[in-house]
Amino acid sequence: MMAARVTAGAAFILIAGTGSIIATGKHMTPPTAGSAISIRGLTKRYPGATKPAVDAVDLEISPGEFIVLLGPSGCGKTTLLKMINRIYEPTSGSITIDGVNVQSLNAPDLRRHIGYVIQQSGLFPHMKVAANVGVVPNLLKWDAQRTRQRVEELLDLVGLPAENYANRYPAQLSGGEQQRVGLARALAAEPPTMLMDEPFGALDAITRTRLQDELIRIHGQISQTVLFVTHDIEEAVRLADRIVIMRDGRIVQVDTPLAIFSAPADRFVSDLIGANDILRRLSLMPASIAMEPLNGLPPEADMTIASEAFLREALAKLVESGRPYLTVTDDRGEAIGTLSMMSIQRAAAPPESSDVT
Amino acid sequence: MDLSYFFDHLDDIWSLSLEHLRISLSALLIAMPIALVVSIVGVWWRPSRQLVLWIVGALYTVPSLAMLAFLIPSQGLGLRPTLILLVMYAQVFLVRNTITALTEVDASTLEAARGLGMTPFQVLRRVWLPLAMPVMLAGVRIAMITIIGLAILGGWVNAGGLGELLFSGINTNNPPKVLAGLIAIVLLALGTDLILRLLESLTPVSRARRAARG
Repeated sequence: MMAARVTAGAAFILIAGTGSIIATGKHMTPPTAGSAISIRGLTKRYPGATKPAVDAVDLEISPGEFIVLLGPSGCGKTTLLKMINRIYEPTSGSITIDGVNVQSLNAPDLRRHIGYVIQQSGLFPHMKVAANVGVVPNLLKWDAQRTRQRVEELLDLVGLPAENYANRYPAQLSGGEQQRVGLARALAAEPPTMLMDEPFGALDAITRTRLQDELIRIHGQISQTVLFVTHDIEEAVRLADRIVIMRDGRIVQVDTPLAIFSAPADRFVSDLIGANDILRRLSLMPASIAMEPLNGLPPEADMTIASEAFLREALAKLVESGRPYLTVTDDRGEAIGTLSMMSIQRAAAPPESSDVT
Repeated sequence: MDLSYFFDHLDDIWSLSLEHLRISLSALLIAMPIALVVSIVGVWWRPSRQLVLWIVGALYTVPSLAMLAFLIPSQGLGLRPTLILLVMYAQVFLVRNTITALTEVDASTLEAARGLGMTPFQVLRRVWLPLAMPVMLAGVRIAMITIIGLAILGGWVNAGGLGELLFSGINTNNPPKVLAGLIAIVLLALGTDLILRLLESLTPVSRARRAARG
């Protein structure tokens, strides 16, 4: 026990020297950027398994990036995620966060600075909402006043006003509300990295979409580095800066949603994103993928579509209204481009590489 | 029903009851830490679990009177053999409930605790034990009721307690005395049961459940 503490102390000095996986906790303002994460030759072999669950994975993640790990169940995405906060220990390979190898840190200390959200919320049923959100500040020995303030701030951030929710127990909340609390709990100590393991997987479609929007908004405000595991392609496209597609423990393709749609790496990827099914593609591709720049044309403001709305909806609006184009707006409602039947057709036509096996 | 002895000797019965309770509580307080250690071993080291459960179960199948008789040559008469007997027989309820309680806590909740940065000890103290507490306390309640019943045998080896009343009542062919002892035992057991149930209802889990029911 004592030895572990001493090691942890040494590790923190090392971090302070190299510059910052870990916020010192002295300031209330969130860090301006997340951590850079570098994964090299990462392999995990479970005892008794014939094939490794994660097989020599390399991945470089920039500060503040929103990475979605996508793939069928058993592809190794969750195992990969859980090696980052050392819930699982790798068989070989390394993970460094801002230049510090996670294996060199004391695991509980490492985890206190990495946000962690799991599918079934994992809230502590015997603690009230405020106590749940305050778990990590408490572990970090923040004083009561500062913890209470931070808890209120976070509950507001996730749309659950403290005066109504702080004193409730998890069992008194809906599934969506529980996941919001789980998110607030993970954000509590301003972690520069967030790991999210299918956090919205058990929610109904409407609640899931709403929480995705909230997450996009929160990420926009705090810009931590996020690794998000899902098997839902629509979710991946909505959230990701880059999607990491995995199969049998290996990375098949890493790219932006747009690049993956326009050039799927192989048959597996094109099947996964439904490259040969036009309607499916349209319901997965956001308007921003097909939109054309404004070119100085004054956009007709009365027929607009949000940039993250899917092309299927855009097509429906075009057909319904009979107009030549729609104005694409960003999240502040400002025009950023136009969308016509032609541009949708160009974007949604099956890419050539989809025929490659 | 002749209650004359009971009401004529309230003072004696009261002090014997207190003595009975003291013996029983001592046995419980010795038994609990032993059971906790045994249970934690059974939970953490999976291969030992069945063995641990089998041993505490097997101990319980030995008739209590025979066990006490077996203990007398080595332990003598009085409190010592009585306490050993009670501690042994309490194990089955304490260990079985504690192992069940600890293994039934949702694995994803424990993983969340670990993932947020709790040390193994913090996980145990802040999440695992509190969530297991109601089932563990139910084990304590059943163990304590069993101990109170078995502690009657203490009267047979001069350890004191309400067993003295019962055994001397039998030896002197005094049914009202036996009845008085019986009533005292039942009241003691019922009272203990009530107090321990109250304790169960005060655990954080029970509170959360009550709140959720509205």
